[in-house]
Amino acid sequence: MSAGLGRRAALRLGRVALAVGFGLALWQALVWVTGLPHFILPGPGRVAQSLVDNVAMIAVNARFTIQALLTGLAAGVALGVLTAVQLALSPGARLMVRPLLIFAQAIPIFALAPVITLWLGYGAGSKIVIVMLVTYFPVTSAFFDGLMRMPPGMADLSRVMGAGPLRELWHLRLPQALPALGSGLRLGAVYAPFGVVIGEWVGSSRGLGYLMLLANGRAQTDLMFAALITLAAFNLVVFLLIDRLARGLEARFG
Amino acid sequence: MSAAPGITLEGRALIAGAPLFGPLRLEMTAGRWTCLLGASGAGKTTLLRLLAGLECAAVLEGQITTSDGAALAGRVGYMGQSDLLLPWADVLGNVTLGARLRGQRPDRDRARALIARVGLEGHIHQRPAQLSGGQRQRAALARTLMEDRPVVLLDEAFSALDTRTRVEMQALAAETLQGRTVLMVTHDPLEAARMADAAWLLTDAGTLEALPLPESAAPRALDDAATLTAQAQLFARLRRAAVA
Repeated sequence: MSAGLGRRAALRLGRVALAVGFGLALWQALVWVTGLPHFILPGPGRVAQSLVDNVAMIAVNARFTIQALLTGLAAGVALGVLTAVQLALSPGARLMVRPLLIFAQAIPIFALAPVITLWLGYGAGSKIVIVMLVTYFPVTSAFFDGLMRMPPGMADLSRVMGAGPLRELWHLRLPQALPALGSGLRLGAVYAPFGVVIGEWVGSSRGLGYLMLLANGRAQTDLMFAALITLAAFNLVVFLLIDRLARGLEARFG
Repeated sequence: MSAAPGITLEGRALIAGAPLFGPLRLEMTAGRWTCLLGASGAGKTTLLRLLAGLECAAVLEGQITTSDGAALAGRVGYMGQSDLLLPWADVLGNVTLGARLRGQRPDRDRARALIARVGLEGHIHQRPAQLSGGQRQRAALARTLMEDRPVVLLDEAFSALDTRTRVEMQALAAETLQGRTVLMVTHDPLEAARMADAAWLLTDAGTLEALPLPESAAPRALDDAATLTAQAQLFARLRRAAVA
């Protein structure tokens, strides 16, 4: 069985390597065919060289970005879960807060980035808050919908069994809403990187977004691409982890 | 279990002021099975929900009384057409759900005994997805038995099962729910002919009509001539109701 697993893992790795190789080849072909100068479109070799040459600088900035992203994501998810539970428990809160939430979702959070930077400064705080806001809304609405979407007979059963609202929430509503929370987490994982990069573009002295702007301004396009690829690789890891979690929730509670 | 009360529902049901059924009077004898038949939309499920104290669109203009004078709330068990098992909990977890929902310590030994009684002792730690439709409905029956309510309302509880499984479930339910006041809503004349101590047709006009049943005591043998005759008569009566 372990041999089978090993072969399957090797096969998967091979497929990923093939796709990456194809992408790199396409990229290199584009460079050759168009004959664009390297400060407009650097080839993969040049970007890799830049990645190696600037590894320390990229690492320092990546750390800043990753910390802001993960903190913001965690805060957004925590706040979203709390809001959804609060809304599910209280009809009064639904009446007052839900319209606000719907309106808030219509505001492009990215457009608020300059104001948030004005209020919170150039440090990590403003990035964390932007990431938190862009993940908060999808998590809240997905989880809230899940909490309110109890199979009709289930509410009857709970009523007949004499359940209180809190225990019904804990034993029935929460577990059956976890797959919906998983969908919200997936959306959050997609939006969070946008949030952190926008935050750094609007105003920052650190981070991969800042490094990209800086490199772009100095026509160090290879460095810009190196930072971009680092960010993309990290986002992919975050998304895959969250996707795995969401799948697990679906399999267990769906 | 406390002694099963007889129940009388009297009055009429209105949806937004428009009559759904009634005025009528339905008496359920203590400790017996009462079957309620009728066309879809006649209000059978509404009547059952009114008895169970569940939310429904209709309001009862009338009253529900019990032979012992105590309220029905907290004394009613309920089984629907779908098993309503939690997909993330095993059979034991599902059977003990009621206690957890009320914040009580579940009596696991009793739950195990009831699970064995419905024939699921080998499946106690399996989740619903690992069970067949018949096994799932058995688990739902064990959950109902665990609640130990003197009144049990069955809303087409066995109608989604295949014939063989349904017949087995009927026998098991008759045996395990003995002594309780049971109201069973069903579409199946054979089920009524087999299980009912009394059977009523809820007509489209919203009135109740007594249906003929064999003299023998329920549950009756499936291949008994009297059961089959009763089934044919019930079926003919239902068809006439549907045509009229």
